[in-house]
Amino acid sequence: MSGTYNVVGKRVRKVDGVKLVTGRATFTDDIHIPGLLYGKILPSPHAHAVIKRIDAGKARALAGVVAVLTWKDVPRVPHTTAGQSWPEPSPYDTYLLDRKVRFVGDRVAAVAAESRALAEEALRLIEVEYQVLPAIVDMEQADAPGAPAIHDEPDSTGIHDAARNIAGFIRKDLGNVDQGFAAADFILEGEYRTQRQQHCSLEPHVTIAWLDEDNRLVIRSSTQVPFHARRQVAMILQLPVQRVHVIKPRIGGGFGGKQEMLLEDICGALALAARRPVKMELSRREEFFMSRSRHPHRLRVKIGVKRDGTVVANHMAVLATTGAYGSHCNTVQGNTGQKVLPLYRSPNIRFECKVVYTNMPVAGAFRGYGCPQGFFAMESLADEVAERLGLDPVEFHTRNVIRKGDIDELSAVLGEGRKGLPRHIRSCGLPECIERGAAAIGWNEKRKQHEVPGKPQLRRGAGMACSMQGSAIAGVDWASALLRMNEDGSFHLQVGATDLGTGSDTVLAQIAAETLGVTLDKITVTSSDTDVTPFDVGAYASSTTIISGGAVKKTAEKVRAQILEVASRLLETPGRQLSCGDNRVTAAAGKSVTMAEVAMHAMYKDKRHIIENASHFNTDSPPPFCAQFAEVEVDTATGKVRVVELVTAVDCGAAINPQLAEGQAEGAAAQGLGLALSEEMLFDAAGRMRNPSFTDYKMFGPQDMPKLTTILVPTEEPLGPYGAKSIGEVPINGVAPAVANAIYNAVGVRIRELPIRPERVLCALREKDAGLATV
Amino acid sequence: MDALEIRLKVNGEPRSWRVAPGDVLLDVLRRENYFGVKRGCETGECGACTVLLDGKAVNSCLVFAAQAHGCDIVTIEGLARGDRLHPIQEAFLDAGAVQCGFCTPGMVLNTKAFLEQCPQPTEAEARQALAGNYCRCTGYKKPVEAVMAAAANFGLGISDCGFQPRKKSEIRNPQSAIKRGRR
Repeated sequence: MSGTYNVVGKRVRKVDGVKLVTGRATFTDDIHIPGLLYGKILPSPHAHAVIKRIDAGKARALAGVVAVLTWKDVPRVPHTTAGQSWPEPSPYDTYLLDRKVRFVGDRVAAVAAESRALAEEALRLIEVEYQVLPAIVDMEQADAPGAPAIHDEPDSTGIHDAARNIAGFIRKDLGNVDQGFAAADFILEGEYRTQRQQHCSLEPHVTIAWLDEDNRLVIRSSTQVPFHARRQVAMILQLPVQRVHVIKPRIGGGFGGKQEMLLEDICGALALAARRPVKMELSRREEFFMSRSRHPHRLRVKIGVKRDGTVVANHMAVLATTGAYGSHCNTVQGNTGQKVLPLYRSPNIRFECKVVYTNMPVAGAFRGYGCPQGFFAMESLADEVAERLGLDPVEFHTRNVIRKGDIDELSAVLGEGRKGLPRHIRSCGLPECIERGAAAIGWNEKRKQHEVPGKPQLRRGAGMACSMQGSAIAGVDWASALLRMNEDGSFHLQVGATDLGTGSDTVLAQIAAETLGVTLDKITVTSSDTDVTPFDVGAYASSTTIISGGAVKKTAEKVRAQILEVASRLLETPGRQLSCGDNRVTAAAGKSVTMAEVAMHAMYKDKRHIIENASHFNTDSPPPFCAQFAEVEVDTATGKVRVVELVTAVDCGAAINPQLAEGQAEGAAAQGLGLALSEEMLFDAAGRMRNPSFTDYKMFGPQDMPKLTTILVPTEEPLGPYGAKSIGEVPINGVAPAVANAIYNAVGVRIRELPIRPERVLCALREKDAGLATV
Repeated sequence: MDALEIRLKVNGEPRSWRVAPGDVLLDVLRRENYFGVKRGCETGECGACTVLLDGKAVNSCLVFAAQAHGCDIVTIEGLARGDRLHPIQEAFLDAGAVQCGFCTPGMVLNTKAFLEQCPQPTEAEARQALAGNYCRCTGYKKPVEAVMAAAANFGLGISDCGFQPRKKSEIRNPQSAIKRGRR
């Protein structure tokens, strides 16, 4: 960081830390509302069926049941649940309730009753006659001739080819790809598969809705996108936006799973029908298959290189499934190409992608947003390319990765569901990330040390991967802030930005405090209440620090100008000779006034409130960069892989709060390790999830974790507040390929399918031993 | 179903509640405004609903409220003394071990029970002690650092908050302080 700062760049405690660590009532469900009803959804038992008859008479007759809704009782408004800026680039293929169900867990009906037990009893009393249809559970069968159309309704819009179950389709070229491959000395190809991963936020989705004293619909919800949710709920329930008020309290983790209007619409509909407050909460079991998940991919990647190691052409073809509804289907998969392929300075790039519907749980936004899948494929193949060239992967990466001063034209070609903008690389610490990460893990030694003394069945090895992301969606994401001064020289910062545990309230308060020249304790933050705070698109796309932070900095600069104007009169000194710091305004000569004196003068003498607001957006999305290095130990007798150490060296620009930035990298490492080795939603042939619990869906626990080393490589991003870029997503991208490449280094087998379960490794080892190496 | 009356102490305060035989302690505590007891899974897998039951860390979703009759319960609300945080809470804040904070009450209480049994743990023991608490935000590095920092402070600030180290003879094998042998 170029300047020296007092608050920015410091490892300060989270501003919401005390209330969290003392367990005060801060989350969505931590509230008692008189007359609260319990809402519950009747989930479809079939993967694909038409509701021939539905009779809720017995449920409605049950004492204590206040409202029952079926498709007959609600407005039919095509929409997407994806919490994206209007107009959302996802198909409008979803209905509050529909007469057709498209996956096991899809909404059939909803009830509100006096208790959870009564709500569950009411669900059992709803009589439904289904006409069961053939279901598609395999994405490779989705567009086969004769496959049943999942979205045959006439009123959905934005679907690429509904008759063939193709939700989204992209094919774009940069340069001349065929010529590029023709000029290559070597061409390597590989096919990779990634699984369906669930966010597993510790707090499940929960929403409470009620009508306030003015008959406005209040929705208190665990959401990453309160303003999008307000707009979408208003549209679906056919209310003016004015009559909807969304409140986001503390959120127990999101990771993209709450960038979704998931319960707000149906809970609001029940509250309107019951004229009573209604709470809906997914159980952990329901959370697995009734919320969202990461899109599973089949990726075919081809890289063409010259003998000297220069990459001359790249081609990536993705087949993905969005499940039953197309939430985020174009943008996640578009991101796979847009954020992954420009890592290499290849002049010729082709990206093709087909996203199909299946009768499976719905995929959506998930940390990395298509990039973990893409980087697993790309960086696994890059490791093979390096080997073929006889280059150390560190050397291969250093020669070929994107660098400062480059222009990523692919972003302009692909965009995020709409026409894109080129990315100018104004800051890039990737070479330093590679260098420092390699040094931290002891790369040169660990690449060659394979034996574990006394344990001949164990083999060790090291692997690496690089990755990048964005910092907000260029030209789309925007935010605003409102900042006002109180009598005591403190400030109230109101932001629409959505802290879901990331620490954004803290980071934004640090930016405000630094700009105003006050200590952090002088800033009170109120965030994410559509009645109180100004607009923000919400917490996604690694946007909050750079975009909401940019809005806060602009706002604070305007407030500072007002403070200096008042202080200049009090100190009889021109404003340009004044400086703010340490909760005072000081003149060059040493005279000073306190912020409190400035505020009192402004309010009670000048009769004016020092208050400002500003909005902010960027037309570019500066990428953060990451180099990750894994050391693994493979048990050749069982195929079990233990990660010994994971080093994450990350360029997030200037870290506003290094401790929070490290926390993002470490959390991403744990999710990335789960993606690499253990997490997978499993289904039977009828589309029913087989492992919807924390026992059967294996996340990494504290005792499973390797040694984590995080290195923040500082750079100065001109487009970010105080030089900051982003950190939330990029460190998940390289974990799986670094682990896979380390396994190859250890035992010589390439595993191209996630998660890398012991049996996959063992089978590969046996094939290798049998002379049928999978390389 | 007929209601039962249970008498217990919560955070040192005597309480008398009417509960149904099937009521789960997690639900009753939340109903009685102990919102720091978090509902993460209801199946004893995540640890977010951890409370101390007679000093032992338990998943309150797996305990019937009636089983708590006559017991001393400590919830996260009972740790700080007014505005003065418990040293374990301070350690969690200093280490940056709190992100979303949903798993934090369970982790802090589990740490308290653990350190009372095992005041000078190794890092591996601290990791094992937290094995019943899933966290999706932190990657566990900073929570484990917080446990170790709290242990380092043992005997300094901790006993001031009523956190009495046991006599050495009472300190059992740290493995026995692990509340759930999940894996």
